[in-house]
Amino acid sequence: MVNSSTEASVSRDTAVQIQGVNFSYGSKQVLHDVTMDIPTKQVTAFIGPSGCGKSTLIRCINRINDRIPNARITSGSIRVHDIDIHRPDINMNELRRRVGMVFQKYNPFAKSIYENVVYGLRIAGVSKRSELDEAAEKALTSAALWNEVKDRLNSSAFGLSGGQQQRLCIARVIATEPDIVLMDEPCAALDPLATLKIEELIHELKQNYTIVIVTHNMSQATRCSDRTAFMYLGNLIEYGDTMQIFENPSNPQTEAYISGRFG
Amino acid sequence: MIDPEILIRKGMPRGYFKDIFVRLALGSVTYLILIIALLLFARIIIDGAPAIFSTKFPFVDIEFLTAKNETLHVFDDAEGTRHQLPASKYNEYLDAHPGATIYNEKTFSYSGGGIAGPIAGTALLTLGAIILALFFGVSAAIYLAEYAKQSPFIHAVRLAILNLAGIPSIVFGLFGFSVFVLAVPVITNTPSDRSLLVIPLLINDFALSFQGWNSSLMAGCATLACMILPVIITASEESLRAVPQGFRDASLAMGATRWQTIRKCVLPYSMPGILTSSLLAITRVAGETAPIMFTAAVAAKDDFPWEGLSNPFDILSSQVQALPYHIYTLAARIPNSEFTQRAQYGSVLVFLILVAVLSFGSMLLRAKLRAKLKW
Repeated sequence: MVNSSTEASVSRDTAVQIQGVNFSYGSKQVLHDVTMDIPTKQVTAFIGPSGCGKSTLIRCINRINDRIPNARITSGSIRVHDIDIHRPDINMNELRRRVGMVFQKYNPFAKSIYENVVYGLRIAGVSKRSELDEAAEKALTSAALWNEVKDRLNSSAFGLSGGQQQRLCIARVIATEPDIVLMDEPCAALDPLATLKIEELIHELKQNYTIVIVTHNMSQATRCSDRTAFMYLGNLIEYGDTMQIFENPSNPQTEAYISGRFG
Repeated sequence: MIDPEILIRKGMPRGYFKDIFVRLALGSVTYLILIIALLLFARIIIDGAPAIFSTKFPFVDIEFLTAKNETLHVFDDAEGTRHQLPASKYNEYLDAHPGATIYNEKTFSYSGGGIAGPIAGTALLTLGAIILALFFGVSAAIYLAEYAKQSPFIHAVRLAILNLAGIPSIVFGLFGFSVFVLAVPVITNTPSDRSLLVIPLLINDFALSFQGWNSSLMAGCATLACMILPVIITASEESLRAVPQGFRDASLAMGATRWQTIRKCVLPYSMPGILTSSLLAITRVAGETAPIMFTAAVAAKDDFPWEGLSNPFDILSSQVQALPYHIYTLAARIPNSEFTQRAQYGSVLVFLILVAVLSFGSMLLRAKLRAKLKW
């Protein structure tokens, strides 16, 4: 009884609980016993050198890794709002709608800007034009893109600049009003100015969404995250408040990485 | 210190004549091929043009393209004028000149009238085969590219499909004959005597009888579809794989199901490739003789396939004439003479024009769709 009540109190402000996760691509283990709680309505950053497993970890949270043959969690569990996402009766479509994802390479569909934004609603079965219009405007406004595209909603998404396309992808994700937004190096393919806009946007979005962001860029982590997790070779080395991690890391490996001595 | 003089050649450079010889040899082989092709086309165009073009407006012999195929009668009348008339006109002539004496009469099968029957038959066969092949081929390609796990078994399946493309078309013809013409099940209340197996359905005497579709349009379409399936499956699978993975990731991450993702984010973008490949397959279907010889084609038929049917679906069970089979019949099964040339070369030229139009159409379509889709 005591146990379950503490767990319930934890889960109210914990969006994702990762417990002892081991993950393998075939015989190659890429995550070793990762345990962490991701708080709601905050920005959590995963940092670490390439190949440390941070992208793999974020891709486990919406189970998009299921698409890769032989890739699987060998032990441990991931709970989203206290529901184990690997239980057999999980509604995968609803899970992915609640846990949206923005990819490293912006990937709008070869459709109009409008159709990109309302895609999630359309596949959820919404077909009323007024409802779609309203959601599109709301999502594009939240993604700070409305003023730039309102006059050309029906032109191709490929006519936008890279930064605009990435913000369109963010708008597409938040149009379905998810709880959690996963961002896998969202600025990796963008120039500094477009990066700045995305960072401002992340700051706005955390009022309403839990955000998990993978980044290579340590100054980006300090600028826009509340919590930071440092990963190295598939292990979670250190996880805590961003200020503490960057100013007073408790692990020597973390200190070495953030001070630029390796990675 | 090097001697700068060695940079200046003395006499012919090494291998100079060998190089010229190789260049000439390769060039002459290439132009020889070109000349053969040009002679072939020139012969067909020169001999075929009188059959389908005319000097008067609208410069096309509409009758050759729209009239039914008939026997050609060649004869001299009493004044010594030579007449060449198709059977129907010949009968009109006899009616108009009762008692006229006719000299030196000769008849040439299939050489009079037009080739509307073969054109219509080829159109129907091609349309039916392409619809069947696209449905089955694209379905299989979607399964192979999007659903199937990449196991050794699936690789074996893919290899088997690829190998189908190497089977000679006559083998497909015989396969179609033994399966579609003689063996596939039909539901009927009067099973044929040669039915392989009759399973009573217990509803009004109806039975599932494995007696085949006979030689018919649908047996021909099915055989032709089998023949081009490997092309369609391979090309469609490649077009599906060419669609960026990001589209699928994004769609699945939005909570779309597999099928929603395929229907909305993959198929629309692979359509240009699928359509182009199927257009090329059309030219192959339209031109094959062997697969339809035993399964659908007849040399002579008085009616169009759609004429004299009580039920529009009966067109599927009717036999048809077909352009390539017509060309074969004219070339190999009747005695050739100056009077059969018009029909022979005319048919070939019409067929060549048809293939050229389809190929050109596929190039245009590809260019147009490519320009519209970019990522």
